[in-house]
Amino acid sequence: MCLGIPGKVIERFEMYGLPMAKVQFGGICRQTCLAYVPDAAVGEYVVVHVGFAISKIDEEEAARTYQLLEQMDQLTELAAPDPDMGS
Amino acid sequence: MKYLDEYRDGRLARKIVREIEHIQTRPWVIMEVCGGQTHSIVKHGIDHLLPRGIELVHGPGCPVCVTSLELIDKAHTIARRPDVIFCSFGDMLRVPGSECDLFALKSRGAQVRVVYSPLDCLKIALANPESKVVFFAVGFETTAPANAMAVWEARRRGIKNFLLLTSHVLVPPAIAAILQSPQNRVQGFLGPGHVCVIQGSREYEAISSRFRVPIVITGFEPLDILEGTLMVVRLLESGTAEVQNQYVRAVRREGNRQAQELVQKVFEVGDRKWRGVGSIPKSGYKLRWEFRDHDAERAFDVKEIDTKEPAICISGQILKGIKKPHDCPAFGTQCTPQSPLGATMVSAEGACAAYYAYGRHLVKEPA
Repeated sequence: MCLGIPGKVIERFEMYGLPMAKVQFGGICRQTCLAYVPDAAVGEYVVVHVGFAISKIDEEEAARTYQLLEQMDQLTELAAPDPDMGS
Repeated sequence: MKYLDEYRDGRLARKIVREIEHIQTRPWVIMEVCGGQTHSIVKHGIDHLLPRGIELVHGPGCPVCVTSLELIDKAHTIARRPDVIFCSFGDMLRVPGSECDLFALKSRGAQVRVVYSPLDCLKIALANPESKVVFFAVGFETTAPANAMAVWEARRRGIKNFLLLTSHVLVPPAIAAILQSPQNRVQGFLGPGHVCVIQGSREYEAISSRFRVPIVITGFEPLDILEGTLMVVRLLESGTAEVQNQYVRAVRREGNRQAQELVQKVFEVGDRKWRGVGSIPKSGYKLRWEFRDHDAERAFDVKEIDTKEPAICISGQILKGIKKPHDCPAFGTQCTPQSPLGATMVSAEGACAAYYAYGRHLVKEPA
């Protein structure tokens, strides 16, 4: 129910005074209301719930999360006791 | 698809599981609050991937499931009227009331329509000026801004034949109710990512410090849920009760201010009855007095309907994390998604329906 799908803003326009956008999800495009994310620019990604953009996706944070996950088991290996250090 | 596929990487998933194994020293019970997370966990088998001793229990976060039977019966009474076009999100159509579901009403000639967005109802209202267009506004904080905008726009544009039947529920009072229960087993929470996109994390900071419980605001993809679980286990192992944010790509601490402001203008907080759980004080939204002309409960004088749930159903205890679907003798036998007995079987995001959909009624759960 609280499904939020990431999509890319393709085109912005106005309808009855509301900021709207064409947002692309994979191969599908849907009309989306931008009233709650009015600064979402063409090319940016937004999370869409029931026809409304509710958040911009922070690309830097997304990349950082992924990098942290990638590095994780190197850290685990570093944290393992080192026989040469006698701990 | 960007921002989806990269969070379904099996190699990274195994890394996170190894990390949890590495830091875990004792068993922990963690609740995922949101029905979307429950569905993802069961679909991808995340609970079976986790080390023994990390138990995920499923929370109350499926608004379709917890909509009270009284309100569903009320919706059906309204939908039967010949002067009404009754609009709803698709997942509400199969939810049975005391007599039947919205699909059955539609097949008998009622004007029931599925909409993608509440704004679609305004178009329907403009195209059908002789009818009253009623939208069944079901949802948590995530959906409230969309429903608020539909009502706000209807008033602004003078669309008088648009009405809202409101069944909005709020997450923090439900979490507090779970933690206050004497039977509570939950030691940490995966917080509801999309609810927090709107509300931010402050309400959860208050709960975390009041009940000394760690909460990690978490996304919905398998890697999100695994990383959220790892973060909760780290907090539990170090004895730290605080709120952390796993879903940093979408959630900001202050939430979405514009959305919060419009919700405040259109709705006010009131008591709400949750199916399977009962009444929780200040746990829902209702329309403010200024918007009474768009309130379906006022427009149609529907009497309070007396309803009764089957005694065998344990959905109330499942929603609070005290029991699981396999603890119920009716699960998968008397109670199936085709003929559900209670809240957690009525929608795909309910714990029982998710277990059933992915074949878990066919196997015995590991103890």
